[in-house]
Amino acid sequence: MESTSHITVQNLNVYYGDNHALKDITINIPDKQITAIIGPSGCGKTTLLRAFNRLIDTVDGVRITGKVLVDGEDIFDPRADVTMVRKKMGLLSQRPYPLPMSIFDNVAYGPKIHGIRKKKVLEEIVEHHLKMASLWEEVRDRLHEPASRLSIGQQQRLCLARGLAVEPEFILADEPTSALDPKSSLYIENRFRELRSQFSIILVTHILRQARRLADYIVFLYLGELIEHGPVNEIFENPREERTREYIRGVIS
Amino acid sequence: MRSRKIEEAIFRGIMIAATLVVLSCSILILATILIKGLPAMNLDMITKTPKGGYYLGKSGGILNAIVGSILLTGGATLVSIFLSLPVALYANVYADKSSKLIAFTRVSLDVLWGVPSIVYGAFGFTIMLFLGLKASLLGGIIAVALLIFPIMSRGMDEVMRMVPKELLNSSYALGATRFETALKVVVRQALPGILSAVLIAFGRGIGDAASVIFTAGFSDRINFSLFEPAATLPLAIFFQLGTPFPEVQERAYASALILTIIVFLISIGSRILIRRYSKHVIK
Amino acid sequence: MKSRRLFKDNLARSIMWFSAIFCILLVILIGFALFQRSRYILAMKSLADLFFLDSWHPLKGEFGFFPFIMGTLWVTCTAVIISVPLSFLTAIYLSEYAPRMIREWAKPAIDLLAGIPSVIYGVWGILVIVPLTKNYIAPFFGRHSSGYTVFAAGVVLAVMIFPVIIHVSIEVFRSVSFELREASWALGATKWQTIKHVVVRKALPGIIAANVLGFSRAFGETMAVLMVAGNVPKAPSSILDPAYPLPALIANNYGEMLSIPLYDSALLMAALVLFIVVLFFSILSRFALVRVERSSE
Ligand SMILES: Nc1ncnc2c1ncn2[C@@H]1O[C@H](COP(=O)(O)OP(=O)(O)OP(=O)(O)O)[C@@H](O)[C@H]1O
Ligand SMILES: [Mg+2]
Repeated sequence: MESTSHITVQNLNVYYGDNHALKDITINIPDKQITAIIGPSGCGKTTLLRAFNRLIDTVDGVRITGKVLVDGEDIFDPRADVTMVRKKMGLLSQRPYPLPMSIFDNVAYGPKIHGIRKKKVLEEIVEHHLKMASLWEEVRDRLHEPASRLSIGQQQRLCLARGLAVEPEFILADEPTSALDPKSSLYIENRFRELRSQFSIILVTHILRQARRLADYIVFLYLGELIEHGPVNEIFENPREERTREYIRGVIS
Repeated sequence: MRSRKIEEAIFRGIMIAATLVVLSCSILILATILIKGLPAMNLDMITKTPKGGYYLGKSGGILNAIVGSILLTGGATLVSIFLSLPVALYANVYADKSSKLIAFTRVSLDVLWGVPSIVYGAFGFTIMLFLGLKASLLGGIIAVALLIFPIMSRGMDEVMRMVPKELLNSSYALGATRFETALKVVVRQALPGILSAVLIAFGRGIGDAASVIFTAGFSDRINFSLFEPAATLPLAIFFQLGTPFPEVQERAYASALILTIIVFLISIGSRILIRRYSKHVIK
Repeated sequence: MKSRRLFKDNLARSIMWFSAIFCILLVILIGFALFQRSRYILAMKSLADLFFLDSWHPLKGEFGFFPFIMGTLWVTCTAVIISVPLSFLTAIYLSEYAPRMIREWAKPAIDLLAGIPSVIYGVWGILVIVPLTKNYIAPFFGRHSSGYTVFAAGVVLAVMIFPVIIHVSIEVFRSVSFELREASWALGATKWQTIKHVVVRKALPGIIAANVLGFSRAFGETMAVLMVAGNVPKAPSSILDPAYPLPALIANNYGEMLSIPLYDSALLMAALVLFIVVLFFSILSRFALVRVERSSE
C-alpha cells in the first residue's frame, strides 16, 4: 500500500488553559485506510480528532502550537480558510446531532452552503448520499419530515450522509457507535468498510475489538502522548511498548 | 409526630388561601373589565374614529387608537428585532463564553430591563428634542423600541443559551461559517423561543402608556406618516377616563376590554405559533 | 465565492459586536443624557434641599422632592409587603402541592396575567379598589377618604406584580432537583419539612431575584399608580393618605413645562433618580446571584 499521507502532524501541542492535553505529537496518517485512535479515557483522542478539522478553535482558552498539514498546507496558518479545511472533513460525533430541519435539508445543508442552488442537483446529491449511508430506503417517502423524528441509529446514518454530502476527503468519527444499539453499530461499521476505498477514515474508539475488526492502522495515545502507532497486526500481535501491551491486555484502561 | 402533621396542615391551608386570594384578584380584574366594558361595546368603537364632540359623548370610536397602537408597536417591535437578534446571536455564537464584553452586555440588559417606561419616555423625548422631532409616530416608535428591546434580547439570549454546543459544532464541521450557523441552525433551533420573546415584547409595548405619553402625542385621525402624532390605546383609555362624562368613561371601559382582548389574542396566537414552529427543534 | 462568504461572516461579526456594545453604551447614554438635562437644577439647588425639602412650588422656584420620594417609597413598600408573602406561598403551592390539573392550567394563566397592560390594572383600581377604600376601608378606621390612596395604589401594584414574581418563583422551585427532595424524604422528613429546610433554602437566591424583578416593576410603574394614588404633593403619613410618586409626577407634567427650564430640569432629575435606583438594584442583584452561584458550585 502507498504510504503518502494527506494529514501530517508535526510537533502538535494543545493546552486547555494549564492542562497540557496533547504533547508534541508527530505522525503521518495513512491515506485511504481506516486509522483507529485508541487509548484510555481522557488521553486526548477527541482533542486530536478535533484538531484535524479545527473544531478545537471553538473551545474557550485553548492554545495550540505545532503544525497539522492537510494536503501540504498548514491548517493552523492564520491565512488558512477554516471553512475549507472543515469541508474536507466529514465529522461523525459520539451522539448524532441532526440539524433542526427536515431530513432532506439536513443532507442538503452542506452543499447549499458551499454554493449549490439548483433544486434538481440538490435532490440528486441527497439521494446519492442517503444511499451511501444506506438510509435511503427507510426515509425516501418522508424526506420532508423533521430529522428529530428518526431513531438514534437512523440519525447517526443521517449525520454520516450529511457529512458525505460535502464530498470530504476524510471522515472523522468520534466513537460513532457508542450511543447505538448493536444492530445500528453493525450498520455503521459496514458503511465504513465500504467507504474505506474512497475516503481516509479516522476513527476514535474505546472498543478494542472494533478497532481490530475495522482498522488498518492504529494510533495509541496515553496521557496526551503518542506512545505507538503502526499497522493493526503489528500493534495487536507484537507491540513494542510495554504500555501498549498492558492497554491491549486490559491492565490499564 | 402529630405536631409535624399539624404544622403541615396549617401551612397548607395558608398556602391554599394565598393561592385563592391571588386567583380571585385575577378573576376579579377580568370580570370587572368584561362587565364594565361589554355594555359600552359596539361596532362603532372598532370601526370609527372619534367625531367632533366624541369626548363630550357624541358618536365615534377608537379606530384611530387601535390602528395607531398596532402601527407604533409593530414598528417598535421590528426595530427591536433588528437590535435584539444580533445581540443574542453575538452573545451565543460569536463571543467566547468567558467574554467580558458579553458579561457587561448582559448586566446592561438587566439594567435596561428594569428602567421604568416613564424614564424611556423622558429619555426618548430628550432624543427627539435633540433631533428636532416633535411628538410623532416615529418618536413613539423610538421610545417603545427602547422599552421592549431589552425584554426581547433577554428572552432571545435565554433560549439561545440552551442550544447545545454540539449542534453548532455539527454545522461548523460541514464548513459553515459562524454567520451561516447562526442564521440557519441557531435561529431555527431557538425559533419557538425567539417568537415568544418577540410576542411578549409586543404585548408589553402595546400596553404601555408612560413611554408614549410625550413621544407619540395623540391624534383623532388615523395617520400613516412617521412624522405625525399617532393615537395609542392605553392613552385613549386614559383620556376617556379623565373626562367628566359617564358615557365617555364607559367607552374607556370598552376600550380597556378591546386592549385586553388584543393582548390575549397575541398571547394565544403565540402559543399556537410556538407549537407550530417547534416541529424541527432537536431535543 | 469563498471570500464572499468569509466577508459576510466578518461583516456580520462586526455588526453584531456593535449591537452588543450598543447595549452598554445605551445605559451610559441614558445616564449621561438625564444627568446633562438635570445639571441646570443641580447647579441651582443643593442635593439636600432637593431631597429633603417638603415644598413643591415650581412657579415660585421651590423644588422639594421629598413628598414624591416618600410617595414612591410608601406605594412601593405597600405593594411589596402585600405581594411578596402571597406570591411566595402561591408559588410553593402551585409548584409543590397543587394537583397536576391545576398546575398545568396555572402556568399559561399566569403568563396571560403577566401580559395584561398596566392601564387595565389602573382601570380596575378605579372601578373596584378606590370605591372599596372610600366606602368601607377608610370608614372602618374612622377616616374620611376619596379612596385615591397609598393603599389603593399598593393593592393595584401588588396584584400587578403577582404574576411576575410567581412565574419566576415557580421556575426556580422547579429547578431544584428531584434527587435533592428524595434525599430528604429518604431521611424521613415530611413533605413540608423538605420544602422548608431543603427546597426553599436551595431556591432562596432565585426567589430573591424574582422579588427584585417584582420590586422594580412596581417601583417604576407609572400609569396604574397615577390613576389611583391621588397625586397630592404631600408626603403621606399613613396608607390611607394620598400619594404622588415620582413617575406620576413626570407623566403629569413633563412635556408641557418646557417653558420653565428649571421645572423641565427638575422633572428630568426625577427621571435620573429613578434610573439610578434601578441601576443600583440591578447590579446589586446580579452580584448577589453571581456570588450565590459561585458558592454553590
Ligand atoms: N473543553 C475542554 N476544556 C478544558 N479541558 C478539556 C476540554 N476538553 C477536554 N479537556 C481535557 O483534555 C484532556 C483530553 O480530553 P479528550 O476529550 O481529548 O479525551 P478523550 O481521549 O477523548 O477521552 P474520552 O475517551 O473520555 O472521550 C482531558 O484531560 C480533558 O479533561
Ligand atoms: Mg472523547
